[in-house]
Amino acid sequence: MPQIAASSAMTPASVPSAIEFRDVELRLPNGRTLLSKLNLTVPLGETLVLLGRSGSGKTTSLKLVNRLLTPTSGAVLIDNRDSREWEPIRLRRGIGYAIQDVGLFPHYNVRQNVALVPKLEGWQRSRVNARVEEVLSLVGLPARDFGARYPNELSGGQRQRVGLARAMAADPPILLMDEPFGALDPLTRAEIQAEFRKLQKDMRKTVVFVTHDVSEALLLGDRIALMEDGKLRTVGTPESFLRSSDEIAQRYVAVYGAARLPN
Amino acid sequence: MLEDLRTTRETRRGALNFLLTHKREVAMLTGEHLWLVLTSMLIAVAVGVPLGILLTRQPRLKTFILGSTNVIQTIPSLALFGLLLPLPWLGVRADRLAITALALYALLPIVRNTYTGIVGISEPIREAAVAMGLTQSQLLAMVELPLASPVILAGIRTATVITIGVATIAAAIGAGGLGEFIFRGIAMVDNGVILAGAIPAAIMAMLADFLLGGVQKLLTRRQR
Repeated sequence: MPQIAASSAMTPASVPSAIEFRDVELRLPNGRTLLSKLNLTVPLGETLVLLGRSGSGKTTSLKLVNRLLTPTSGAVLIDNRDSREWEPIRLRRGIGYAIQDVGLFPHYNVRQNVALVPKLEGWQRSRVNARVEEVLSLVGLPARDFGARYPNELSGGQRQRVGLARAMAADPPILLMDEPFGALDPLTRAEIQAEFRKLQKDMRKTVVFVTHDVSEALLLGDRIALMEDGKLRTVGTPESFLRSSDEIAQRYVAVYGAARLPN
Repeated sequence: MLEDLRTTRETRRGALNFLLTHKREVAMLTGEHLWLVLTSMLIAVAVGVPLGILLTRQPRLKTFILGSTNVIQTIPSLALFGLLLPLPWLGVRADRLAITALALYALLPIVRNTYTGIVGISEPIREAAVAMGLTQSQLLAMVELPLASPVILAGIRTATVITIGVATIAAAIGAGGLGEFIFRGIAMVDNGVILAGAIPAAIMAMLADFLLGGVQKLLTRRQR
C-alpha cells in the first residue's frame, strides 16, 4: 500500500481503511492543478480534519470521496473500492454530507428535509419517523417543536443543526463536512462543536472535516492534515501538529497561540 | 371637443347595447376564444417546459432554441398565421392553424422561464441534493421543478396574457373568437362592435393574470 511517511506512521495497519487517497491528482481542463500527488488514509471511525486556506484543495479532496469529482489520475478508495467502480447513487447514499451553506431544501420542512434519504432508501414509514425524531433530538432540535418549521423560519445555527441531522439521518458510515460551522457566531459555534464532539464519541463514524480554523481543527480532529497549494504538507495528531516542524503548520500554531493569549 | 365626447359616450352605449342584444353570440365567441387560448397554452406548456429542462441539461442548445423561439416572437402575429397557411396538415383548418401559431408565440416566455428558474436554484441546494444521492429524475421532480415553479408559472402567466390578446387576430383567418367582433366592427366602422370584442378579451386577460398571479403567490410563499 503506497503511503507517504507522514501518514503511514499514524495509521495502525490492522484497522481497515474507510477512505484512501492514492496518488490522487486533479487537473482542470485549462491545465490548473487543484490537487497533486495526494496520499492519505482515513481509518474507520477516525475524524480527520483537512486544514488549509481557501484554494488549498480541502474541498476538492472532500468532493472526490462522494464522487462529486473524479481524479484525473490516481484513485480514491472507499471501503477498499475505487470511487469510479462505485455506482454513484449507492456511494452517496452511504455518505453524509454537510456543508457551510447547508443546502436545506426551502420547500421542505425540517422533518421532510431530514427524512429524505431514509425515504429514498425505502425505509418503512414508522422507521423513518422514529429515526427523524432521534437525529433531531441528537442535534438538540426536538421534532415536536421544530419538525414542522421551514428552513426560512430557523436561525443560522438551527439550520446547521438540521443540516447535520440530515447528513446523519440514514446512519451513513462516512460523514463529509465542509466548514459546516463556518458561518456561525462564535458562541453558537462553540456549542455545536462541543455537541458534535460528544456525538462523534458515541457514533465513531469516519469523518472528513474541512476547516480553515486551526482551533476547530485542534478541537475536533483525531488527526489533522494540513494542505497548501493542492499538496498535503503534514498529517498527524493535534499534539504532533502543535510541535510540527513544518513551516506553515508553525504559522498556524502561532496564530492559534496569539488568539489564546492576547497581549 | 364636444363632438368627441358625444362619440365616446355613444360608443360606450353602443358597445353595451350590442353586448346585451347579442348575448348568445358573445357567449359563443368568448367560448371559442377560451378554447383557442386553453388548447394552445396546453400545447405550449407541454412543449415549452420540457424544452426548458432540456436546455439546462444541454446548454449547447441554448443559443439555438432560445434564438429560434425569440425569432418566432418577432414575427408579427398576422404574418405568422400567413406563414403557416401553406403547410399541409395545418393549413387545412383555421383553428388548427391558429392554435399552432398561438402555441409557437407562447413558447418563448415558457422555455426561457423554465430554464432561468432551474438554473437560478442556488448551487448549495443542488450540490446537497446530488451529494445526498438523488438520481437525475429525483433531482428534477423533488428539487428543481418545485423550486423553479414560481418562475415557470410567471412565464406561463405572461404567455397566457399575450395569447389572449393575440388570439383576437385569429379571427382574421376565420378561426373565430372575440376577434370576430373586432374585425366586424372595423369593417362596419362601428366602435361599439369593436369594443364588444375588445372588452371581454381584456377582461379575460385581466382575470387570467389575476388568477395565475394568485397561484404564483401561493407557490412562492415558502421559498426565500
